[in-house]
Formats: sequence, C-alpha cells, structure tokens
Amino acid sequence: MHGFANPTRFLRLARLLTGPLLLVGLSVAGGAMAYGLFAAPAERLQGETVRILFIHVPTAWLGMGGWTAIAVASLAELVWRHPLAGIAARAVAVPGAVFTAICLLTGSIWGRPAWGTWWVWDGRLTSMLVLLFLYLAYIALGSAVEREGASSRILAIFGLVGAVNIPIIHYSVLWWNSLHQAPSITIGKSAMAPEFLWPLLIALAGFSLLFGGVVLARMRMILADAQAEARLRRMAEEA
Amino acid sequence: MSGAIKPKHQRLVLALLAIAALIGAGLLAAWALRNQASYFYVPSDIAAAPPAPDQAVRLGGMVQAGSLKTLPDGVTVRFMVGDGKANVPVRYSGILPDLFVEGSGVVAEGRLAADGTFVADNLLAKHDENYVPRELKDMTDAQARATVAETGK
Repeated sequence: MHGFANPTRFLRLARLLTGPLLLVGLSVAGGAMAYGLFAAPAERLQGETVRILFIHVPTAWLGMGGWTAIAVASLAELVWRHPLAGIAARAVAVPGAVFTAICLLTGSIWGRPAWGTWWVWDGRLTSMLVLLFLYLAYIALGSAVEREGASSRILAIFGLVGAVNIPIIHYSVLWWNSLHQAPSITIGKSAMAPEFLWPLLIALAGFSLLFGGVVLARMRMILADAQAEARLRRMAEEA
Repeated sequence: MSGAIKPKHQRLVLALLAIAALIGAGLLAAWALRNQASYFYVPSDIAAAPPAPDQAVRLGGMVQAGSLKTLPDGVTVRFMVGDGKANVPVRYSGILPDLFVEGSGVVAEGRLAADGTFVADNLLAKHDENYVPRELKDMTDAQARATVAETGK
C-alpha cells in the first residue's frame, strides 16, 4: 500500500484507469437499466414499477459502501498517516452523496404507487436520510478544514463516527417493524427471481465501476489542486 | 523513540478502542429505541396492551386470506390483520393501494374502537422481499408449457 504513498506512481495508475472505468461502468450500468426498462418482466404485485429496482438498489448499496470506504480510509489516515487516505475519503464524499440522493428519490417515486405514500418516517427511510445529511456535513466540514488550513484529522474522526449509521441502516428493517421490506438478497440466498436478480447484479457491477472512476477522477483533481496551490505559493515566495 | 510502543501501534489501539466504544454506544441506543423506533404495532402487541380508545396508532400485519369483504356501500372494506399469533378486525373506507391484496402485508393508520375493531383512516400496502415475475405466477405448469410451445411456433 505504501508504494502508493508516492503520488506520482498513484497518478500514473489513476490516469490509466479513470477513462476505462467511467466508460465501461456507464455502458454496463446503462445496458442493465435498459434491459430492466424494456426486457425485464413485470412483477406479480408491483407490476411495471419494479423496474426502478435496477437503479434504486445499486445506488443504495453504493451510498452505504461509500461511507464504509470513508471510514476505512479515515482509519488508515489516523493510524498509518497514509498520505492518500484522506484524499481518497474526501473524493468518495460527493459521489456517495449523489448516489444516496438518487436512492432516496427513486425510492420515493416507487413508494407512491406501491405503498400509497411518498414518504414515511420508518427506520429504513429515516436512517438513509440521515446518511445523506452526514455526507453533506462531511463535504461542508471538508471544505471548511481546507479553507481554514485546519488539521484534516477532524474530518477523519467525523468519517469514523458517522460509520455507526451504516449497520443501523442495514438492520433497521430487521430490528424494528418498518414499511420498507426486509432484504431480498442475503449471503447465499435470494428471494428474487433470476429474471430480476441477474440484471440487478450486472447493474450493481456497472454502477460500482462508475463510482470507482468518479472517485479516481476526484482524487486526481484534489491532488492537482494541491500541486497548483504549492506552485503558486512557491512563486509568491520567490517573487 | 525511547518508548517500547511505536506511536503507530499506539494510534491503532486508541482508534480500535474508540471504535469499540462507538459500536457499544450505537447498540445501546438501538436497544433503547427498540420499541419507539418501530413504525407500527403488530396484532399481538395490540392484544397484549390495547391502546387508549382515541389514541392514533398504526397497525401492521398480513391481510388474512379469505377475510376481505366489501360492504354494501361499495367503499367500505372489512378484513382481518394477523401476525400468526393474533388477529385484529379492520374497517376502512376509501381507495385501496395497488399492492393491497389478501395474503400481503398492510399498515393501517387509525384507532381502536370500543368494540375491538380497528378503524383505519389510511392504508399503506407493504411489499415483501419476494420478487416474482407476473407472467409465471398465475400459470399452472401445463399452461406455462402451452404458452412456451405457442410462442415457439
């Protein structure tokens, strides 16, 4: 891992991977969603509204996966002081927030015909909304830390503390009675017919690649920003 | 460094202790919320501790098969909601959500009347975790084979 402590080596690999990840991710996710829209069968009770599954579930998982990545990177920054860890965590925050927002919006659109309501304050919906607010707070705190030149350790601690919400989101439908259904896919078991399961898994793979590409692009942007800043400062000192 | 413990390891131990404390706090909070955070009561909760007559509550459970009856006025329905241990009769007047069928989950918002009937102001359908294609659900094996043979021609 510490081989990548050298940003030049990391940047060379990142430059190579960003384009292909974005392109392949976009086409795989787009293809799976097109299949879901036009070719997948209607569901027994939900009917045509089931098609929103292929965007709702991957964005939900990646929204939660994003904060898990922030927590792991924050731990690496606090303990091992890895120079890229903090940058990786900050790069995840924006796509994580966007995916969480898409998950909440699509869920709401599905809830109106399926449940008969746009929104309820049950455990799952509330904890997912809390995740979106955590992402927004993390982004705001990150830019404040950067602007004030404060220690990024505050941000890393916030990233770790916020991870408490992730198991709560997962278990909210199991611990408490909720309007949201229990998970259809658990390890080694699926309550979902293969007609829905396979396009869902392919969409998940596509969205994951897309997410990875966006994170790499944002890490490169943050590194380039820091480099430009350092150069400007040097020029100002020499002048 | 003169100390026996490397600062890196000290930080790791501190971080792990903090995470353990955090998870402990989270679990305690979830445990304390186990009743309050539930979105609805199930029929056995209602049977064990009936709510006050005009207290607004939500009742959730399965619509019992064969219990759904439409009253002569055409807009009022009666059905039983059960959780496998207890049943509560429900009365509701209004538009039913699309996913509302016998054998499926429902959440009713309303209050318990004096006669033990739950009078609902609003019904929410609850979808379960099963995803089944519509085409295959109503068909017997023979019908499915016939359809496949027909489309194959």
